Amino acid sequence: MNGIHDMGGMHGMGPIEPERNEPVFHHPWESRVFALRRAMGAWRRWNIDVSRHEVELITAADYLRMSYYERQFAAFLVLLEKRGFITPAELESGTPVPGTPVAVPALSAEKATELIAKGVPTSRDIPVAPRFQTGQQVRARNINPPGHTREPRYVRGKLGIIHRDHGVFVFPDTNAHFLGEKPQHVYSVRFAARELWGVDAAPQDAVYVDLWDDYLEAAEFDFAT
Amino acid sequence: MTRTHDDDHQDVPSDPALRVKALESLLVAKGLVDRAALDVLIDTYEHKIGPRNGARVVARAWADPAYKDRLLTNADAAIAELGYAGMQGEHMVVVENTPTIHNLVVCTLCSCYPWPVLGLPPVWYKAAPYRSRAVIDPRGVLREFGLELPDAVEVRVWDSTAELRYLVLPERPAGTQSMNESELAALVTRDAMVGVAKVTAPQGDQA
Repeated sequence: MNGIHDMGGMHGMGPIEPERNEPVFHHPWESRVFALRRAMGAWRRWNIDVSRHEVELITAADYLRMSYYERQFAAFLVLLEKRGFITPAELESGTPVPGTPVAVPALSAEKATELIAKGVPTSRDIPVAPRFQTGQQVRARNINPPGHTREPRYVRGKLGIIHRDHGVFVFPDTNAHFLGEKPQHVYSVRFAARELWGVDAAPQDAVYVDLWDDYLEAAEFDFAT
Repeated sequence: MTRTHDDDHQDVPSDPALRVKALESLLVAKGLVDRAALDVLIDTYEHKIGPRNGARVVARAWADPAYKDRLLTNADAAIAELGYAGMQGEHMVVVENTPTIHNLVVCTLCSCYPWPVLGLPPVWYKAAPYRSRAVIDPRGVLREFGLELPDAVEVRVWDSTAELRYLVLPERPAGTQSMNESELAALVTRDAMVGVAKVTAPQGDQA
């Protein structure tokens, strides 16, 4: 979706504000949100793409006004309801609907340690042929899907060079909507800064963007810059 | 789809601390969440995993050319040699700064960051000003961090749009030949490993 989250290349967002000796969490509730999301993620009733997309669905004005953890919390509440973990009435009362069976948590302390150490790989060890080769010129497809995508707007329609083939990964555009993993190659694609931003960009600078096969099409070697 | 605060749980307290506490109590009461697991997660990222991990990787690469080669060709395995791996660092790429190339890492779409080597990202990395401008005006962004690059240097920005996570291998500063690995690691900052700073030798220690 062409949402506010896709902000690469925008102006007007204000100065960068680094904080000296910044704490990992600014409030204890932020750390609880961080941990609760992982603990509930362990139920595997959503995936990383679903959870990212839920944040993107926050309306633009709210997205910009909210802090990072406020957005994470808001999206988490919606996901918990959508996936049937809690009801609005339960959230309101703070107690389970009477008669609800008590579950066994999906993530124990032991499994949390394992999750931290191993992560959740999104590569897939299956033979899928790459559509492009290193060194090949490609064009990032001009697509504007209303759902989740990881092809940022600023590369759409632009020419780049395949820098590296990272291998086969789950495809976010389907995975975010429970439409399957559709595993395919992801490439690091080099875009000249001038191709993306025009003649005012430094001639030797470049942006490297990781893009899936479905985001790319072959292009004639006709460098504009 | 639209969403407002009003149709979002209007009777829940507006103070996020109270709302989060209420949700946690509910999830624990339903047996969906084990508080011991929450404590492990929070303790790990508050106290155990942070930029010191990445600094050790960088120092090893500076001290050991064979390690550096492994790091640049197979980052996952090389980083695992030092015991670092896991969540949000499942697929690592290390990019090397040189006198003629400067690398900068961003996630324009959300907040992707290499947790096992850098810990959780700072607020500015996740915020709109950095995410929006790092790709279109990297030199201006670096200037804002106090780093002015010569025109001849090539700036490479790495946008973490997929599940690859990027770590910058900064240049080893001059005058550090006599330092051992742990002294070198102490020089390496988080900002240098994101690419918004260089590593500098301590004053007075110049050889």
